[in-house]
Amino acid sequence: MYEAIFSKYAPTKDNLIYILHEIQDQHPQQYISEEAISAVSEYLSITHAHIYGVLTFYSMFSTKPRGKNIIRLCESPPCFLKGSEAILHSLRDILQIKVGETTPDGLFTLELTACLGVCGNAPVMMINEDVYGDLTEAKVTKIIADIKGRI
Amino acid sequence: MNLEKLREIREVSLQDQQQVLSEGNIKITICMSTSGIAAGAREVKKTLLREIAERDIKQVVVAQTGEKGLQTFEPVIIVEEKDKPRVMYGNVTPEIMTTIIVEHILNGQPVKRFLWTGEDADKIEGQEHPFFEKQVKLVLSNCGEIDPESIDEYIGAGGYQALGKALSSMTPDEVIEEITNAGLRGRGGAGFSTGLKWSFTRKATGDTKYIICNADEGDPGAFMDRSVLEGDPHAVLEGMLIAGYAIGAREGIVYTRAEYPLAIHRLEIAIKQAQKFGLLGENIFESGFSFTIEIRQGAGAFVCGEETALIASIEGERGMPRIRPPFPAQSGLWGKPTNINNVETFANVRHIIIHGAEWYRNMGTPKSPGTKVFALAGKIKNSGLIEVPMGMPLRDVIFTVGGGMKTDKPFKAVQMGGPSGGCIPASLLDTIVDYDSINQTGAIMGSGGMVVMDSSTCMVDVAKFFLNFTQNESCGKCTFCRIGTNRMLEILTRITEGKGKMEDLDILMELSKKIKTTSLCGLGQTAPNPVLTTLKYFREEYIAHIQDKRCPAGVCKALITFKIDAEKCVGCTACARKCPVNCISGEVKKPHVINQDACIKCGSCYDTCKFNAITKS
Ligand SMILES: Cc1cc2nc3c(=O)[nH]c(=O)nc-3n(C[C@H](O)[C@H](O)[C@H](O)COP(=O)(O)O)c2cc1C
Ligand code: FES
Repeated sequence: MYEAIFSKYAPTKDNLIYILHEIQDQHPQQYISEEAISAVSEYLSITHAHIYGVLTFYSMFSTKPRGKNIIRLCESPPCFLKGSEAILHSLRDILQIKVGETTPDGLFTLELTACLGVCGNAPVMMINEDVYGDLTEAKVTKIIADIKGRI
Repeated sequence: MNLEKLREIREVSLQDQQQVLSEGNIKITICMSTSGIAAGAREVKKTLLREIAERDIKQVVVAQTGEKGLQTFEPVIIVEEKDKPRVMYGNVTPEIMTTIIVEHILNGQPVKRFLWTGEDADKIEGQEHPFFEKQVKLVLSNCGEIDPESIDEYIGAGGYQALGKALSSMTPDEVIEEITNAGLRGRGGAGFSTGLKWSFTRKATGDTKYIICNADEGDPGAFMDRSVLEGDPHAVLEGMLIAGYAIGAREGIVYTRAEYPLAIHRLEIAIKQAQKFGLLGENIFESGFSFTIEIRQGAGAFVCGEETALIASIEGERGMPRIRPPFPAQSGLWGKPTNINNVETFANVRHIIIHGAEWYRNMGTPKSPGTKVFALAGKIKNSGLIEVPMGMPLRDVIFTVGGGMKTDKPFKAVQMGGPSGGCIPASLLDTIVDYDSINQTGAIMGSGGMVVMDSSTCMVDVAKFFLNFTQNESCGKCTFCRIGTNRMLEILTRITEGKGKMEDLDILMELSKKIKTTSLCGLGQTAPNPVLTTLKYFREEYIAHIQDKRCPAGVCKALITFKIDAEKCVGCTACARKCPVNCISGEVKKPHVINQDACIKCGSCYDTCKFNAITKS
């Protein structure tokens, strides 16, 4: 099942991070399973240990199943100074989960992240590849409702 | 591609742009950067296109551009007509967009109440606003002006002229000499001479050499590189091409953080266009010089911004720094000589080649020539992206260009240089921005993030945040960086919880010294800086936490108590309903009380109360 991804990359070690990115993005639960690690290990002829080492080094990779939508709220000072903590409270209230958890319906995982480079619009969060800025409790409620509505 | 063709493309592009602005036409440009989009530019664009279609408006051209630096005022749109001042609107919503269509586009009356300048609404364009007036835009000259997805517009604005000049009339050594004489210093943080670095890689032996552009921008509070990549990607490619020619490389790599999908998308477009125009590939400008550029992405690791860790990451390893020497100039990617520069450094190159070293040195200070791009964030009015000549006093940067404080609380400090930098207090606001002057304060110029803080910020808490960041991001290779930062963090946490001792301050100094001297890379070598500068300039705040068990800024939760003022409380029960641990009790319409033993000090009652009845002490 990973053939389609592998066919885009030569079997060299420098492609490891790209292959992992794609495998994770395509998995409905946004993570890299042990089975995927085995397949990559075979394709690139590198050890499981090396892959696991790389996987756990980079914060964007997950070895545990996650929700369909990954919410990453910025916790760096510019966002903190502009009230990211209150946004975190709102997100926890709305989703009824803590940081690092996934909603029971599998729709959202809540994570914290360092600066997303959009500090002029603090507080900021990223949901998958979309960035949302100048957050308020009302805005967050609407964004989450909109995503739920789309599904 | 040759010089003649480039000239033709430029002329056609300029004619096209004139055509767009011919009599009776209106050009509406939307700033489509990550900032703009985060603030809602997509919805505004949708409304604009729908209104144009529904109302069947002819002669309106819709265009896109990068950011103008006005992040606070995003979404920003610009309306242009022949022989009329440009009109710039800020904080545009879909509703405001519709109003602008009706009043301005259809009725010809600019809508003054929605101009970004707000109170100076009579000044339509806003270019004479202090925000723009004091800036000198070199690196940002195209950002917010051209469509970053159009190579024609880049060429129209003078793009690829520098590459043409270098390849057709300068030797590689002459290029390096020009950059060296210009005194360009690396904008990635350390401020090393770019010309010198290029000459090292040029002299290194080996047939295969690499150019790497460092676009890993990870400092909290920094977004200069994202803006440049999103707003003017070709300028970065042109700088890399010139560097490749100068050092004798055939391959270039842009390493960007995966958190910047729009920057990556625009770069991909730019690379394809440059290939199509023969500006990347074989025999560029018929000079025999060939060059390719590819993009590589990170996966969320701050330390990968460090050059040797970055190389390890490209090679498919954990991003751990390697021992230098050998420096990348001798042995870098795949063991080959490699030249690494920052995005902004590359974006400066074309201006130096076109205008010469002497012209460049006229800007800035003798030891730090040129300009610097800064990202203003925090409690500042015009948070956004600016470019000023080196040598401008911090006071002007923050209070004139930045517009001063956002609220009525006074300025307390500015954090420069991210986790490697430090906090500069109000007493040093006359320090000028150049590498050496900022270093003297104990902070560093860094890559250009400036986080402005007011009196409601606790400096011990800020130091703790940055240490927590470096501690998290430490790759773990060096013992002091791995464990020392952890010990420092424990001490800082203790202090913010009111459990600190005066000896702790000495231990912090001692550990700082050890971490700085025993770490392999810049991450550890600079990690203690936020603690050292706050200890230097805000020592009394540490002492207040330790001796008086008091957080003067009222931030540290363990040291604050929330109380309800019985005189002011009207018994609306709003706070009691909001309290996550149900520790507020009382009858409706009667004063409520907080059970201090159960209170978790989350502050939600304080934020909820509409009668200012809750006090924080
Ligand atoms: C922990 C750490 C993180 C760094 N992050 C970046 C970065 O995000 N971008 C950057 O250009 N340089 C970064 N640097 C500096 C690079 O190692 C290198 O000096 C720089 O890319 C050289 O380019 P320049 O000479 O043009 O400044 C970092 C250094 C350290 C120690
Ligand atoms: S600090 Fe939150 S985006 Fe930069």
